[in-house]
Amino acid sequence: MSISMPMPASAATPARTARTLIEIDRLNLYYGDFHALKNVSLDIPERAVTAFIGPSGCGKSTLLRSLNRMNDLIPGTRIEGRIAIAGTDIYSPEVDVETLRKKVGMVFQQPNPFPKSIYDNVAYGPRLHGIRKKSRLDEIVESSLKAAALWDEVKDHLKRSALSLSGGQQQRLCIARALAVEPDILLMDEATSALDPISTLKIEELVQQLKDRYTIVMVTHNMHQAARVSNQTVFFLNGEVVESADTEQLFAGPSDSRTEDYISGRFG
Amino acid sequence: MNGEWLQTGGAVEPLKQTPETVRAAGAYSFKNERKSVMNRLMPVLLMLCASVSIITTVGIVYTLVSETVLFFREVPIVEFLTGTRWSPLFEPRAFGILPLLAGTLLITIIACVVAMPIGLASAVYLSEYAPRRVRNIIKPILEVLAGVPTIVYGYFALSFMTPIVRAIFPETGIFNALSAGIVVGIMIIPMVTSLSEDAMNAVPKSLRDGAYALGATKFESALKIVLPAALSGIVASFVLAFSRAVGETMIVTVAAGATPNLTFNPLESIQTMTAYIVQVSLGDTQRGSIEYGSIFAVGMALFIITFLLNSIAQYVARKFREEY
Amino acid sequence: MNLLQGGNRHQIARRRKIDFCLHLLFAAATSVGVIALCALLIDIIIDGISRLQPGLFENFPSRRAERAGMKSAIVGSMYMLCIMLPISFVLGVGAAIWLEEYAGKNRFTRLIQLNISTLAGVPSIVYGILGLTLFVRLLMLQRSLLAGALTMTILVLPIIIVSAQEALRAVPKSRRDASYALGANRWQTVSRAVLPSALPGILTGVILAMSRAIGETAPLIMIGALTYVAFLPKHMLDQFTVMPIQIYNWLSRPQPEFHELAAAGIIVLLAMLLLMNFAAILLRNKFSKIS
Repeated sequence: MSISMPMPASAATPARTARTLIEIDRLNLYYGDFHALKNVSLDIPERAVTAFIGPSGCGKSTLLRSLNRMNDLIPGTRIEGRIAIAGTDIYSPEVDVETLRKKVGMVFQQPNPFPKSIYDNVAYGPRLHGIRKKSRLDEIVESSLKAAALWDEVKDHLKRSALSLSGGQQQRLCIARALAVEPDILLMDEATSALDPISTLKIEELVQQLKDRYTIVMVTHNMHQAARVSNQTVFFLNGEVVESADTEQLFAGPSDSRTEDYISGRFG
Repeated sequence: MNGEWLQTGGAVEPLKQTPETVRAAGAYSFKNERKSVMNRLMPVLLMLCASVSIITTVGIVYTLVSETVLFFREVPIVEFLTGTRWSPLFEPRAFGILPLLAGTLLITIIACVVAMPIGLASAVYLSEYAPRRVRNIIKPILEVLAGVPTIVYGYFALSFMTPIVRAIFPETGIFNALSAGIVVGIMIIPMVTSLSEDAMNAVPKSLRDGAYALGATKFESALKIVLPAALSGIVASFVLAFSRAVGETMIVTVAAGATPNLTFNPLESIQTMTAYIVQVSLGDTQRGSIEYGSIFAVGMALFIITFLLNSIAQYVARKFREEY
Repeated sequence: MNLLQGGNRHQIARRRKIDFCLHLLFAAATSVGVIALCALLIDIIIDGISRLQPGLFENFPSRRAERAGMKSAIVGSMYMLCIMLPISFVLGVGAAIWLEEYAGKNRFTRLIQLNISTLAGVPSIVYGILGLTLFVRLLMLQRSLLAGALTMTILVLPIIIVSAQEALRAVPKSRRDASYALGANRWQTVSRAVLPSALPGILTGVILAMSRAIGETAPLIMIGALTYVAFLPKHMLDQFTVMPIQIYNWLSRPQPEFHELAAAGIIVLLAMLLLMNFAAILLRNKFSKIS
């Protein structure tokens, strides 16, 4: 009997162990009077893909933007609780936001390349952080574009405007741009929702390659995507974490009825 | 249940999370490695740039007030405000601002009589009737008209409008309020048109569609729906144009004459407040003399009038914005 | 019931007729502006074209119309532009950046914003009074090129600030986010991500402000730019004249041949303005192509 059963995926590939890199502890976030995140506690593993899912306005993007303090840019944001990366509280006064954002890269929903050349887009970050030497910049641009699986498509026209690329290429350029500052963590805020299925697939494959070197946290609207690419999935509802579990486990047997309602398409 | 379409497919190897946490204070200290001087310095420098505008205003008010106070030591303020004769350069001297005020008002009224109906009708045409192609031609022409220097309008008033006016009313002098006023009106048409048109374009299309659905013609929809909805924007454009006409200098200096004259006859030569200031500063006026002081008093009056008008326009326009 | 035979058929026809007549009336009103511009241009060209000769550019002003030119005025206008362009650019764009990118939404910001829109409505002659007191007398710059340029700088600042603010506001927020997310600080974001995108719009505004300055007469009469300058200014504290003042001077003389000179001067002035506006349009088109 056991022979005729299809082998579960877990048996096919050896399990990887992962330590926790990001600890979120009783986090509350307010936009003015709006209580956007309610008492969120969560551990995010190192060198793995964690997906945040949930309906619009559930707080998943807000939490993502708290991890590199992009919320600081929105006036009226107030935060309580603690987010620690490798034990360092990123909201403590001695943390430098710019250095934090350098270590925690971000890719946005809409591809947002600068209206500059492909080369200058990737070199933007390294130049910010003081790298001026042409040969060094060349190296970084090449390696970042290779890491983002874009090098072969653009290597002959690096001086061309980034806006001449297709949407999917632009998004991979944005990934390359984020990788160029050598982050440890990569945040992806619905990074494929504006793309066509083929471009989406390419980016999902890219995420699979990148997770060996980077800790990836992605927000996605698309449950299938979470199921396809993530190791851990977190389900949000109304600013709260409803359930956080191993992806396969969460989709196969959600422990909370609200999670089950959501993934079976009853709302959201 | 959803196992089929949510198949994780084995592409992702399962992960066994250990209770252990990464502790690497060195690699993740997020201390700033390079302090940026520019980042600290620029806000201060930029704020200084912005404060130039405040300094300008303070400078204008301080200049006007301090010299005007000196002027009022010699000329009683009551005489200044109620006197009907303005003769600062010739004996017997008199400093009653009413003739200058009347001249300014006369020019402004003529200008508004020209500019408001024409400007408003153009705005209605551009926003309600004109096909896109016509709009694309007319709008740049109006922009050019708005960008013509006032000295050029002054030339136009003197060499084109005055002969026409004199052909119609033969008793008119070379310098007269009418031709200057008409040309000031032409100058402010683009202002009335573009501001009123903006106000009309801000009226939601759904309101117009509602009127059309009830069988209204374009004119009826414009008159009964669009104009009332855009009214405060249109009023604001009128007030701003009025203020602009009050402050206009070169057209009246060139074409309206230099005779302070308490009259409302548009065919006579008059002098406006602005033209008086130019007249005095063209001459060789000693600092500290009473004529020198008088330009500040007149300038003060001009500043207060235009300031009040602009404030009214801004107030009306802001109320308008709240409606949508 | 037949809709087309309703009793109000007559009324509909009348309403249509009214609508048609008013359509014509509105179109006619709109053409007034166009006609006025044409009349103005034709009038000036007819009067001035015969005086548009090399002498106009080569000669200094003179009592004799046939020897009079506007060399010193053209050069004076150019010098004035060259001095005021960098100053007003830095001050105006700096103020706009501060207001859009740095200033919080507080009372002080609102005060400055209100103040700028108030300044934009102050008659130009009042700026002349300020220039006369502040630059000519208080700072003892006398009736110099520098005093004139500074007065004009103050005059055009509100125009530059407002248009630069619009250009900065038009830069999408996503571009700022992209820069911040790479670890850029605020100044880096402003100078490397925002300003390059806003630059064409800013430059368009600056050019329009400069064309306003080059045609402005009254404030420079106030600060005493001379009409009879038979030399080229050698330094910033020299006396000077500008084109509109030279034109005004010719225009205020009774002899018709000086009026022709004024018209010729206006043709030169308008040609220069046209050139500047053309540059602004080119920039605007380039801008819409990039983003």
